[in-house]
Amino acid sequence: MEQGDPFFDWGWATRHLDEVATKILAHLVLTGLAVGIGLLISLALALLIMRYRWLDAPVTWVTGILYTIPSLALFALLVPFWGFSLRTAEVGLVSYTLLILTRNIVAGLRGVPADVREAAIGMGYSPTQLLVRVDLPLALPVIVAGVRIATVTTIGLVTVTAIIGRENLGQFILEGINQLFSTKIVLGAVLSIALAVAADVLLLGVQWLVAPWVRSRGRPA
Amino acid sequence: MAGRAVGPLPGTAGVSGLLGDTATFVGDNAGLLLQRIGEHVQLSVVALVIAMLVALPTALVLGHTGRGGFLAINAANIGRALPSLALIAIALPFLGLNDRSTIFALVLLGIPPILTNTYVAVREVDRDVIEAARGMGMNAGEILRGVELPLAAPVMMSGIRTAAVQIVATATLAAVIAGGGLGRFIVDGFATGNNASVVTGAVAVALLTILTELGLGAVERAVTPRGSIRTDARAARGARRAVPGGAKGGAQ
Repeated sequence: MEQGDPFFDWGWATRHLDEVATKILAHLVLTGLAVGIGLLISLALALLIMRYRWLDAPVTWVTGILYTIPSLALFALLVPFWGFSLRTAEVGLVSYTLLILTRNIVAGLRGVPADVREAAIGMGYSPTQLLVRVDLPLALPVIVAGVRIATVTTIGLVTVTAIIGRENLGQFILEGINQLFSTKIVLGAVLSIALAVAADVLLLGVQWLVAPWVRSRGRPA
Repeated sequence: MAGRAVGPLPGTAGVSGLLGDTATFVGDNAGLLLQRIGEHVQLSVVALVIAMLVALPTALVLGHTGRGGFLAINAANIGRALPSLALIAIALPFLGLNDRSTIFALVLLGIPPILTNTYVAVREVDRDVIEAARGMGMNAGEILRGVELPLAAPVMMSGIRTAAVQIVATATLAAVIAGGGLGRFIVDGFATGNNASVVTGAVAVALLTILTELGLGAVERAVTPRGSIRTDARAARGARRAVPGGAKGGAQ
């Protein structure tokens, strides 16, 4: 952005490949942790909703509000208590996955045909066996669709955690802004978008693998 | 950032102390708070209007003619993959450290939900109704204005609401590139270790986002034609599928 600076300095990028790799890895770790923890909490919430129907509205309401609050604001509300820590970042990131994941897990479980469940019960399946061997496998395609959306969203949100000092590709963007060095901005922006697209395609593949019976219909979430 | 300090220390006085500090901060900075709210709303409105001017006519024409469906339906999915901070940053080298970079990013984030929902809304208008309108001698323009638009309005409005919430939420990031808006309280608070400023900005922007969501939700209900509530509920569900999580927006 200084006069005469190249828009993208390939030399700088190739000299800093180690740093690029570290930041990509850190970005993936932050994303993986958030989606993993979010999936566990959402699974518990979804099972509770399946057991106690009345929980559906309050859970959707609370997770919906969490989802609506701007990410920087949510991180900011946690900073006075936990500082610029990994915990602040992850609590915020996990909060954003809950609405999408819970909604999709519940939709998946509700989509399991009643006669299939009755047949399993008739064959003497215990409630746990029913869940693990019938409900979850049949709900898997819809659950994976939710994981796909949550992952892509989280990869984008992770860049914002650079503002609260977490290492990831968003740091390139912030450093680039502060140093008026466009190479870093482009590197951070393009790589985080590329990561989101790669995760989207990868999880689309997983979706295809776990649901052989919907392949021909190709139904999205 | 690499050499960045650990950030504001956790409040020693706990939640009540923080609330007291925040109340004092708001009292001392009431004028500034109003100014920042004004900046935030202005950024958001400008971006939303531009996004609507681009997306609505495009989607109406595509939906009416049934062309470009793949693009229109997948716009929302592509939009979700674009990290907002990256969008603002990428505009910087071209548009500079100013509101134009922010507005550019906000417009790009606002277009996909409006485009997808409007397209789906127009496509899902009952074909029989359109046949009937044509049978009554209405031409293409009359059908679009008199039949398709009113029937599509609720789902279109839902897309506009999603876009608006997304835009208001993301406008917070304007502060990162030295812009105005409520994000300033957060970013400045981080820089000076002033938790009261951080909390003021965070609560204000969260309330503004939730108000946008609720306010436009009310508009959405108001434009739903009374006689067709059931059809529209179905169409709205269809649109929510097309914009997963989009019914709520947010999470920029």
